[in-house]
Amino acid sequence: MSSDLVQIRNDIRDRTTTAREVVDQTLARIAQSNTVLNAYHEVFDDEARSAADHVDQEIAAGKPVGALAGVPIAIKDNIVTRIGRTTCSSRILENYRSPFDATAIVRLVNAGAVIVGKTNLDEFAMGSSCEKCAWGVVRNPWDSTRVPGGSSGGSAAAVAANLCAAALGSDTGGSIRQPAALCGVVGFKPTYGRISRYGLVAFGSSLDQIGPITHSVRDAALLYQCMAGDDPHDSTCAPRPVEDVVTTLEETPKSFRVGLPAQYRKGNSPAVDAAVAHAVEFFRGMGATIVDIDLPLTDVGISTYYVIAPAEASSNLARFDGIRYGHRTKSASAKELFDLYAQSRAEGFGPEVQRRIMLGTYVLSAGYYDAYYRRALQIRRLIKHEFDAAFEKCDVILGPTSPTAAFPIAGMTDPLAMYMCDVYTVNTNIAGICGISLPAGFDETSSKPLPVGIQLQAQAFAEPTLLKIARAYERVQGGRAHPKI
Amino acid sequence: MNAESPSLSIDDVRHVAKLARLAIPEARLDALQHELKAILGHIAQLQSVNTEGLEPMAHPLTLVNRLGEDVPEPGMPIADLLRNAPATEGVFLAVPKVLGGESS
Repeated sequence: MSSDLVQIRNDIRDRTTTAREVVDQTLARIAQSNTVLNAYHEVFDDEARSAADHVDQEIAAGKPVGALAGVPIAIKDNIVTRIGRTTCSSRILENYRSPFDATAIVRLVNAGAVIVGKTNLDEFAMGSSCEKCAWGVVRNPWDSTRVPGGSSGGSAAAVAANLCAAALGSDTGGSIRQPAALCGVVGFKPTYGRISRYGLVAFGSSLDQIGPITHSVRDAALLYQCMAGDDPHDSTCAPRPVEDVVTTLEETPKSFRVGLPAQYRKGNSPAVDAAVAHAVEFFRGMGATIVDIDLPLTDVGISTYYVIAPAEASSNLARFDGIRYGHRTKSASAKELFDLYAQSRAEGFGPEVQRRIMLGTYVLSAGYYDAYYRRALQIRRLIKHEFDAAFEKCDVILGPTSPTAAFPIAGMTDPLAMYMCDVYTVNTNIAGICGISLPAGFDETSSKPLPVGIQLQAQAFAEPTLLKIARAYERVQGGRAHPKI
Repeated sequence: MNAESPSLSIDDVRHVAKLARLAIPEARLDALQHELKAILGHIAQLQSVNTEGLEPMAHPLTLVNRLGEDVPEPGMPIADLLRNAPATEGVFLAVPKVLGGESS
């Protein structure tokens, strides 16, 4: 069976196969591999089979079906679904069942998608390795001793191991793109506000964005198109029409400019630098103009991000207090409300989430607000200006997604060192622009080949250009390779 | 304050934990202090950027208030919402007494 979402969709529609056959094969592969990979926290066998049967009945009856009819899709477990639980890979939400579906889920289901399960993440999407998941570490399908990246590591591992046709992730500072790079698949973070955040459990509200993790750019474009567009439930969703990115995808721009930032060249592994150099030659070969650009605030982005994101998180996560939903302490000492809050939260949140809540609370507290939070927001404007100036000179910015390939599980213990993995991805979110990570070969220096990703970034709402250029690269690369599992 | 070399005492950590409503065990305070100091030490690089005259940017989109039609819409059923509550009494959420104990 093909792994490509568009191909699966077409085969189901043409009755070359059935949605039921596709979902049965997917569930069988999950049953075989998930005990090792731990990509899924929960799998919806019965619901997925009956959704697939429904699609097959519609097709047999000659009824028109949606653009995603019958394709099995995995959902990061911080996006709420009526079926199953939504835990954010946190003990504080261990048994939480959402009374509603996120807008992105409603739109996928309306297009005929079959939701197969919920994937693991770093708790509340805070992490770059999926080691900080309350339900155990997620493993990289290319080498199970290594991390899949994070925070959408379960989704990326599920796509890479062919345990779904595509998956949803969320990206606050690189959480779609970095795990996609480390697992050798496509990860697309649209412009801030392109896909509704309604039903995405909030981490950093001015940074968060849902996006697809897929086998191909073509699949990413289709999923994006199905989900994008204004939503009355999210006032920060962009009220502007969504261009058709699916039928125009093969129209490579006649001439375009690729920007290479000087600041994206230090501290990368040789394989990552080689993948970028190879992409430069490819784009030059197809007639693109290569221009040197300057993004001097690349490094400062990490510091800016680790003020803004924890500040917003400390506010957003205040809702988890053991009163209306989520874990409530059973401790007899919590007789008063304050102790009930503080003990429920200390028991329910893991160490990294507590660290970020503490950091966010500190930078927002009296006496420190101006020096940290206000200053970070001023630098955010500078970062935006820097991208605006760069996009005067180029249409896309090319660079690595992550400085290295997947690192060993338990190999990075210093929180600060882990934060540095996001150096090429956080500024995309800080400025609210769009970016995509593409599979770009392998690092062959380890015992097993490890995927390497390149990233293309484009100006806010420039998704049509970004996707066309990404697709041109993918066509020549010949699509992604598959791990042996 | 001196952001170049953040002075974050154990008492500061206790105070922030209280603001954050986190019951951090005493045994964990020392390690947390060191972790936070390391991160704040790195973040101190923000002080080296000239931000004079820059308007803070809280959000990437130019936002305007978006007003909805003032018409009633059905809410979610109370039973659905209460299903996730850790303790209930009838159609109410049960909580410990809100006003302090001995000290009130």
